Amino acid sequence: MITALWIMVALAALLGMILGYASIRFRVEGNPLAEKIDAVLPQTQCGQCGYPGCKPYADAIAKGEADINLCPPGGEEGIHKLAELLGVEFKPFGENAQPKPKAVAFIDEQTCIGCTLCIQACPVDAIAGAAKQMHTIIASECTGCELCVPPCPVDCISMLPIEEQLTNWKWRYPVYALRQTS
Amino acid sequence: MIRLHRFHGGIHPPTHKAESTRTPIMSAPLPAQLTIPFRQHAGEAAKPVVQVGERVLKGQLIGEPVGAISSSIHAPTSGTITAIDLQQIAHPSALPDLCATLVPDGLDEWGVRQTLSYRQLSSDELQKHLRRSGIVGLGGAVFPSDMKLRHPIVVDTLVINGAECEPYITCDDMLMRERAEAIVRGIEILRHALGTDAVLIGIEDNKPQAISAMQRAVDDSSHPFKVIAVPTVYPGGSAKHLIKVLTGVEVPSGKLPTDVGVQCYNVATAYAVHRAVEHGETLVSRVVTVTGNVEQPRNYEALIGTPFSDLVALSIPKADTNRYIMGGPMMGVELPAVNVPLVKASNCVIAASDALFPPPPAAMPCIRCTRCAQVCPVELQPQDLYWFAQSHNFGKAQEYDLFDCIECGACAYVCPSSIPLVQYYRYAKSEIRARDHEKRAADLARERHEFRQFRIEREKQEKAERLAQKERAAAAAKAAAEAAAAIPTPLEPNADAEDTQQMRIDAALARAKEQAATAHPRNTEALTPEQRAEIEAIEVRRAHIHSLAADAGADDEPPKNSQGN
Ligand code: SF4
Ligand code: SF4
Ligand code: SF4
Ligand code: SF4
Repeated sequence: MITALWIMVALAALLGMILGYASIRFRVEGNPLAEKIDAVLPQTQCGQCGYPGCKPYADAIAKGEADINLCPPGGEEGIHKLAELLGVEFKPFGENAQPKPKAVAFIDEQTCIGCTLCIQACPVDAIAGAAKQMHTIIASECTGCELCVPPCPVDCISMLPIEEQLTNWKWRYPVYALRQTS
Repeated sequence: MIRLHRFHGGIHPPTHKAESTRTPIMSAPLPAQLTIPFRQHAGEAAKPVVQVGERVLKGQLIGEPVGAISSSIHAPTSGTITAIDLQQIAHPSALPDLCATLVPDGLDEWGVRQTLSYRQLSSDELQKHLRRSGIVGLGGAVFPSDMKLRHPIVVDTLVINGAECEPYITCDDMLMRERAEAIVRGIEILRHALGTDAVLIGIEDNKPQAISAMQRAVDDSSHPFKVIAVPTVYPGGSAKHLIKVLTGVEVPSGKLPTDVGVQCYNVATAYAVHRAVEHGETLVSRVVTVTGNVEQPRNYEALIGTPFSDLVALSIPKADTNRYIMGGPMMGVELPAVNVPLVKASNCVIAASDALFPPPPAAMPCIRCTRCAQVCPVELQPQDLYWFAQSHNFGKAQEYDLFDCIECGACAYVCPSSIPLVQYYRYAKSEIRARDHEKRAADLARERHEFRQFRIEREKQEKAERLAQKERAAAAAKAAAEAAAAIPTPLEPNADAEDTQQMRIDAALARAKEQAATAHPRNTEALTPEQRAEIEAIEVRRAHIHSLAADAGADDEPPKNSQGN
């Protein structure tokens, strides 16, 4: 009887130690919920949510400090994804946060004076150029965040909406005209 | 006799092939103008290499391949390039694409035709030649043919696809009837490049004339190819299904035929390979069926870029024709306009009317009768795929192997509720592709953003370190100076910091000056001897003008024509 008891106690202690060790050895760095939230955010890094990037916004949602309807680039679908992930109700966009069609920045290279202010503003290093040289947007890397537009002293950056082309064309959801059947 | 295998499902729609096989292939007359799209193949579009206004010869390269999966585009006849711009093409989106407009000069004058003797060619050289000649799969997928030879995996069987299972289309049938010998020569070239021995030519048993023509050509050539009649069942001409029928090998989901040691080419592609290698002709024309609601259904050999309207006019469309379908009635797409150009992928154009193809009745709810699953040749569950696609549940659709669907339309053909199933699958596929693309872009943006933050952090640290180091050095120098001179000099408390600040500004200014000097090199440096000679000549002329001007008096203009000597 006593031996059995001792065995159980020893086992419990051993398992406890193993678990304790595992929790230290295999600890997940960072906040796993925030990572999951960050994974569904669009990574435009535009700051329209009021946070300095997608990751800070994800952290704020994870801590319960921010609402899920603050990211316009994610669109309604983004809110749906967040709602599903967090198990909360869908919430429509507020008055001043409405999604816009996706765009990429374009620099009018004739006007650019090469001041590099836009480079400093771009969150994803999608602008190439050096001091006093004209600057160019690397379109494939531009997220359309618009952050480079206000700093430009000569207003030569414009946002061009991404037009539908053969390369990004999508089949539509089937819709059929209703026919009268009398 | 080879034992044939069966695949699951399939349907037997009326074939309507007899109409367009009554007359031989007719060579279409030279159109007044050709529009040649630069994207006629799977992969990257070709890059234009001609100028507007340039005269080109028949078969001359006008668009060169870009990247690994791409192909060349050639001038279909001799003439003048009058425009390179966006034009409407045969695509269901009705969106325009980059095209060259060519006005023929009527001479149809060939450029250089490089013929090769394939027996001396390595597979590599042949691949290069096919890529240069713009050869792509003419069965409809327009995949660059050279890529299909490039696969590193060893192929033991070459399957030649002459099944042509889709109703109405007869271009391959007619090609086999009339040009079997050339096709067999093309097959031999491909067989040689792949280094295989077994060649199986599969033709559906509703084309007895094509089968006997091919058999005769094979017998005459004394190659050990096997011509095999396969049962007529739609979609038996899909590459994976023909391979299953002929070899019994199933190509697993998401795999290529080469993964199971089989490669498959269409008969029309084999014909094009023969023309390219043994006649040096680049791919500038193809055989196309014009059928449906026309007076004279027929096959035409037409130049790439010929407006469909020209071909249709030759066959005389009936009055009640109200739309045109490119491809067959099962998998084809409606043309956005009838004047769009013929491309390498166009095997057939069908004039359609409401009498010939009555509009489908309104779709009803799915009753889960599973008839669609019974006919699906890929053994999918079309009713489930439909359910997920219509409710935008794309993850689930993918789980149910949506991407294995070959869009054959067999399921929609039998559906008693007339649900346009394939359209739902196409919608779901393109949404999933777009999402994947967005996901990749977002991941890239996250990576770049994180890297940028890391970089800014590192720069800050480095700056602080540099500053600290300088301060330390300055302090040490000062201490040394103090110790050496032993004369205490009164100093303001933060002179050091200001000094380093000043140093940095000076350095920055010097750098900027240096940069300005290097950024704008004087254009009189590093000249070639000819340029120097020219400058000297100009200086001499200038001196001459000055002396003339001085002679003529201060108020006279220097004579301008003295520059002409
Ligand atoms: S609003 Fe902009 S910064 Fe904020 S989460 Fe959305 S994309 Fe990221
Ligand atoms: S901010 Fe404007 S002017 Fe300055 S480098 Fe960028 S585009 Fe050029
Ligand atoms: S055939 Fe049509 S109605 Fe029947 S299960 Fe399939 S989709 Fe539903
Ligand atoms: S269209 Fe797709 S789901 Fe329908 S029968 Fe063909 S392969 Fe199966």
